[in-house]
Amino acid sequence: MDQFEGKAISWQVSAGIIELALHREPCNELGSLALEELEKFVDALDAMARQAHALIVHSTMKAGFCAGADLRELYHRSHTMEKAQAAAGVRDFLERIHRVLNAIDAAPLTTIAAVHGVTFGGGFELALVCDLIIADKMARFCFPELRLGLIPGFGGIPRLKRDLGNGIVRDLLLTGRSINVTRAQAVGLVSQVVGEGEALRAARALATQLGKFDRRTAIVAKKFIKPIPYQELKQEIDLFCQLFVEPAVEAGLRKFVESTDLQPYLP
Amino acid sequence: MNTQEQTLDEILSLAAQHFKVSRDILKPDEDFFKTLNIDSLQALDLLTKLENHFHVEMPDYELQGVTDFRTLASRIQARL
Repeated sequence: MDQFEGKAISWQVSAGIIELALHREPCNELGSLALEELEKFVDALDAMARQAHALIVHSTMKAGFCAGADLRELYHRSHTMEKAQAAAGVRDFLERIHRVLNAIDAAPLTTIAAVHGVTFGGGFELALVCDLIIADKMARFCFPELRLGLIPGFGGIPRLKRDLGNGIVRDLLLTGRSINVTRAQAVGLVSQVVGEGEALRAARALATQLGKFDRRTAIVAKKFIKPIPYQELKQEIDLFCQLFVEPAVEAGLRKFVESTDLQPYLP
Repeated sequence: MNTQEQTLDEILSLAAQHFKVSRDILKPDEDFFKTLNIDSLQALDLLTKLENHFHVEMPDYELQGVTDFRTLASRIQARL
């Protein structure tokens, strides 16, 4: 399936470049609908990769790349359930989204996240599976999970540990603060910073350039330099599920969902 | 280095430009969430603009509860 128009995502292949667009209001929150469509995407990825050399992931939403997991859906689905049942549902969701993200991480393509605005939580984790991040000046990166009594659950911790120094990993995870592109580039998270609204254009220019390289060499190089921390990814799911049944999580989720605060995104 | 009044003045101009409103409606001591009718995501956008303009890094938790430009200016000033 070289082309797809879904409710949360769309994709197309053109001139060897796969473009995956996120377009669910308000800011591409990742819930069951997005997951189902992302599963379709990775199921089609092998076939598309045979005729492509690059993948660009981007958002058409003004607010940003992706605000992370759909916390409202998570709360409404889980708060009426028994703890064990809710935890089983969460584990199933995490295992499915890990399968999606691991497939993108390992794809025999050079993958580029073109980000702007909010790149938080699960959205940050989606960007982290890509080989390169191109960010516009207004992008912000954040792992706010700690204020919900949680840790990132979509593979964020193992991939941060893989990609960055431990000091910035601690800073991001333990403070929950958001960082701008200047900091993100200084710590090696972002490869290119571009003007407002220019991330997708810059990603397309890069993807076109990548088409000039020998594809087999690029695949060998990627495999050699970008190991996937499968063991730690599994541990992260276990740890997340352990924490999920703690009372602090339900309280944190309820506070977020029921908040009339003008600043719910500020940690 | 900017004085705090200069910093405040630049913040008011930046906010007016970013949210496309007249500079005259922005008052240093009024609640900018109400005046500009913005939510937390838009406030984060403003924070990013300010960080880029002043070349500072401002942890967002320091802005929790900050709703007026004068206090915002003092927080920025403390990092210049």
